[in-house]
Order: sequence, then C-alpha cells, then structure tokens
Amino acid sequence: MTVQDIIKPENLVYQKSKLLTNKPFHYCPGCGHGTVHRIIAEVLEELGVDDRTIGVSPVGCAVMAYDYFDVDFVEAAHGRAPACATGIKRVWPDKIVFSYQGDGDLAAIGTCETIHTCNRGENITMIFVNNGIYGMTGGQMAPTTLEGMKTATTPYGRKATLPAGAGFDGIPNNGYPLHITELIAHLPGTKYVTRQAVYDPAHVRNAKKAIKKAFENQINGKSGVNFVEIVSNCNSNWKMEPVAANKWLVENMLPEYPLGDIKVDGKLVEK
Amino acid sequence: MGELKLMKGNEALAEAAIRYGADAYFGYPITPQSEVIEYLSEQNPYERTGMVVLQAESELAAINMVYAAGAAGKRVMTSSSSPGVCLKQEGLAYIAGAEVPCVFADVVRGGPGLGTIQPSQADYFQNTKGGGNGDYRNIVLAPSSVQEMCDFVALGFDLAFKYRMAACILSDGAIGQMMEKVILPEQKARMTEEEIKAKYPWALTGRARGTQHRVITSLDLDSAKMEEHNRALQRKYKEVEANETRYEMINCEDAEYVFVAYGSSARIAQKSVQLGREAGLKVGLLRPITLWPYPTKAIDDLIKKGVKGFLSVELSCGQMIEDVRLACNGRVKAEHFGRVGGIIHTPEEVLEAMKKQIIGE
Repeated sequence: MTVQDIIKPENLVYQKSKLLTNKPFHYCPGCGHGTVHRIIAEVLEELGVDDRTIGVSPVGCAVMAYDYFDVDFVEAAHGRAPACATGIKRVWPDKIVFSYQGDGDLAAIGTCETIHTCNRGENITMIFVNNGIYGMTGGQMAPTTLEGMKTATTPYGRKATLPAGAGFDGIPNNGYPLHITELIAHLPGTKYVTRQAVYDPAHVRNAKKAIKKAFENQINGKSGVNFVEIVSNCNSNWKMEPVAANKWLVENMLPEYPLGDIKVDGKLVEK
Repeated sequence: MGELKLMKGNEALAEAAIRYGADAYFGYPITPQSEVIEYLSEQNPYERTGMVVLQAESELAAINMVYAAGAAGKRVMTSSSSPGVCLKQEGLAYIAGAEVPCVFADVVRGGPGLGTIQPSQADYFQNTKGGGNGDYRNIVLAPSSVQEMCDFVALGFDLAFKYRMAACILSDGAIGQMMEKVILPEQKARMTEEEIKAKYPWALTGRARGTQHRVITSLDLDSAKMEEHNRALQRKYKEVEANETRYEMINCEDAEYVFVAYGSSARIAQKSVQLGREAGLKVGLLRPITLWPYPTKAIDDLIKKGVKGFLSVELSCGQMIEDVRLACNGRVKAEHFGRVGGIIHTPEEVLEAMKKQIIGE
C-alpha cells in the first residue's frame, strides 16, 4: 500500500477547517495559538457566519492572524482591538465581530479600551490568550506574569514588592498578576465570561464549547461582551519543550488562573 | 438653496456631518470643540439618519473606532483639539498606512502641552508634517469661516474616499466658537450596504462566499513589499498634490507684497490688505485653503509676476513660514509675524509688520 492509496475521502477522519487558509502558521511548534485559531475557525464554519464576520487582530504574536482566517480582518494598533471592534459593530450591528488579543495587548497597553468596551456592553466576542509573557518582543514581563516567574525584564523573577534585606522591603516593584478576566466579569456590560485552556484534548473540547457560546450569544443577542480567556503556553519564551511547558502551565498557571465559567447569561457563577 | 442659519463653527461642522449622510462620529470632549459632540448628542442623529454618535473613553479609543469603522467602508468623523489630536496621531498613522478614509477636525488651542484654551494656529506642523510615525500625508483643509466649517465636511469626505486617506479640517478656537450665517446643504441619504459593497470593494463587510477575504493592515514584514507600498503611497500623494491644491487670492493681480495667511489669520490679513491699499500700498493676500497639499506653485507664480516679498501671518511662533520659504527658495524675502498664547493679532499690527519686516522704509 502506498501513501496515495491511503489518501481517499472514505479514509478522512480529520481535516483543517475550511475557514483556515493554506498559509502555514508562523507560530512556534507547541504554541497554543494554532489550536485557538482552529477552534475559532471551526465555530465560525459551524455557525455559518463566515460571510458576515469581521475579525480584529492585535499587536503581538497573533498580529498576522488575518493571514490564517478566511474572513475579513482589520489589524489594530497595540491594545486598541476592542476600540476597533466597537467601531465596526456600531456601524455594522448585523455583522459578527470578534477581537483576538494577548495578555500585554489586552491587559497592559489596552486595559482602558478593554474595560470601557466591556462596560459599554458591546455585542462582540473577545478572545484573550494569556500565556503570562510577551511572546513577539522576546519574553518580557506581562501583566499576567506569575510572581517569581523569570522573564527578560524580570530576570530574577517577578517580585510584587522589593525583597527584604536591603532596607527596601515592601516597596512596590513589579506588582501582582492582573486578573483582568475576573475584573471585567464584575461589569454589567459583560454577558459571558469564561476561562479555558487548550493544553489537552479534553480542554480543547471545553474551550471550543465556550467559544461557540461566545459567538452564539453575539448572534442571538443585542448587547453584552462575550469574553473567553484561554490560558496558554509560550514554550519558546518559557524556555521549555512543548510537553514540559504544558505540564508547567497545569502546575503553575492554573492555580493562579483557575479554569471555568465566571459569568453566564449576565450572572456571576457562584463558586 | 439650503437652509440659512446662525451657528457656531463647531455646530456647523456637526450639522454638516449629519447632512452629508455620515455613518458615525466617535469623539471625546475637549475645549474648544466640545460643542461638536454636544450638538450631535442633542440632535439625536441616530433617529434623524441612523448616524451613530459615541463618546469614547479617550481620543485614542475614538480614533481607533474611526480607523476600524472606516476600514469597514463607513463614512466616519472625529474631532478634537490640539492635545487630543496628539493622542490621535497613533491611529492616524495606521489610517495612513492601511489607506482608510476618514475626516477629523482639529479646533486648535495654544500649546505646547496643556497650553491654553484660547485660539491658536500652532498645530500646523502637527497636521501638515505628520505627527505619527512613517512617511505619510493627510489632506489638510483650513476653513476661515463658519460656512467653510460646514462645506469642508463634504469636501473632506469626498477627498478622503477618493484617495483613501484622512482629511483634516484644521480650524482654531475662534472659527469653532464664533457664530456666523451659514447656508446648510440638503440632507443626503446614508449609503446602503449594497451601495458600499458596489462602490468600495476593499471595505470589510464580510467576504462573500467564493471570494478572497479582505485584510486592512499597515503591516508587511516583507521589505520589498513594504518599500513598494511606501512608493505607492507617495505616488498617491503626488496625485493629490497635482489635483487638489486649493487657495484663494485677494488683491494679488498687481500686488508687490503679499500676506500669506489661512483660517482666522486670513480674515484679519484681509482687513490689513484693505488698510494697506487705502494707504497706497500694493499689498495682497494669498489664502491657502489646503495646507497640504500646499499652494507652492501659487507662490512661485506670484514671484514670477513680480511680488517682492511675503509675510506669513500665523497665530504661532512661525510654522507655515517654513513652507512659504521653501516655495520662495531664497528668491524674495519671506518673514513671519504672529501672536501667540491666545492673543489674536490686529489688522493694524499685521500691516505694520509688513511695512517693517518686508517693505522697509
């Protein structure tokens, strides 16, 4: 039997979404972005809204997301994707609008746009990929970097306050990991807020359900931000092999950023 | 003939946007142009025409709303004043790089920094020489009356969509705040989705099945492609320079000395011309209407006709004078006169400056 004998329609068990282009991802092997892209493409395909969807890509590793999705796209300035999504949704209320951002983009430089877009209750879907580090610029501290985590700008580990010993104990330093998702969940303008992950197949399935709900809410609703955080990895800048990075994610990121729905249908989920 | 009204410049700008059939205004309050968003909010344009008006959380957010809504093929406007326009420069660079049409108004106040809330023309550099990063231009229209504040909205949108770039309406606190007669145009209909799709195939409206998806971006990491993109932008700007330079000449036919002034300074210099003529001086006024593209050729023509000197009259410490001197290229004398800090020059002191600095006794 040759390879050509195997490539037959009846043998097809898995394929990429038709809404992903043939352009190879530039993402590092092992990175979660590719999986998140795939899930979004599958959801848009299943919902049949590809001919009225407009995406907004960020500045960061996903800056060229527009090359991979076969839907219309605008590339935003750093942190401004929620403002861009607002602009589009306000002038085309019947289009399906989503933003895709990383932690530095959404929770540092774009915090103002994130909070006010959520507070206005724009009827959009926001995808937030949190890997606790700046990937594109080479591994600097993100607002979501864990305490003690080493990055290019916290080479001795992130310290919320200066360490004891030199007489500076307790003086502010790098601050604390920012829980932007819990923060926006408390705004009346958010409808659905959830935190998911894509490090193994079971969580990929959960994440897909969440992203589908986040788009269905937009399609069926008139107002309210649908916000999905994906806790992801950055094996390159974490300086780990992909499997080790996923293990580190489970052991370190998830205790700080626990998975699950935070707000459903406009109501905070009781823990 | 449209409706005759007595209005502030800022109100005329806002009403003109509604009547042009603009789809959205995204803005943030700042003196001396807060009347724009106040008037729009009071007029309920969403009920009048379906026009969206949104008070954004910052000028930054507002210009990025404009960027994306413009990329989606809609006619979108914003306005601000000097420190606020600084914040918009990020978005304006993206708008230039991604070739998105939009109209923005700068009702200038004094600077630098928080400066003052009184009228100024010290944002000439900011708006004609860029402000954001990269090699780009914005079309800059300079109204000198409330009527032009109204008329340049339509002109700005027409040019912005013709060339897929930003058009700036550069006025100042005096033009924005003063009340004058204005003839308002008839209400135009907003464009339908079908019209937008037919007229602007680049617009992000959701790609039809079986067609190529569209991307609006200012990014390309391929150096060769980025060089060609920049060359293409420059070719477009040359075309704008060739086709869209606008100016007005007053008493220039036999003039030996010419004031160069725009906006509110042009209104004052026009009176200085009258005073000069009454005193037997052959003075005239060149009023640039487009500050970019600049009427360089008009200055060249005046020199060839025998003009011996120019006085650039500005509410600044001397910004437009650089373009006047470039046009003169050392052939005749070109000097600057201006008051700043919110003080507006009188026609008499402007004429006096012409006598002292250019004509000589």
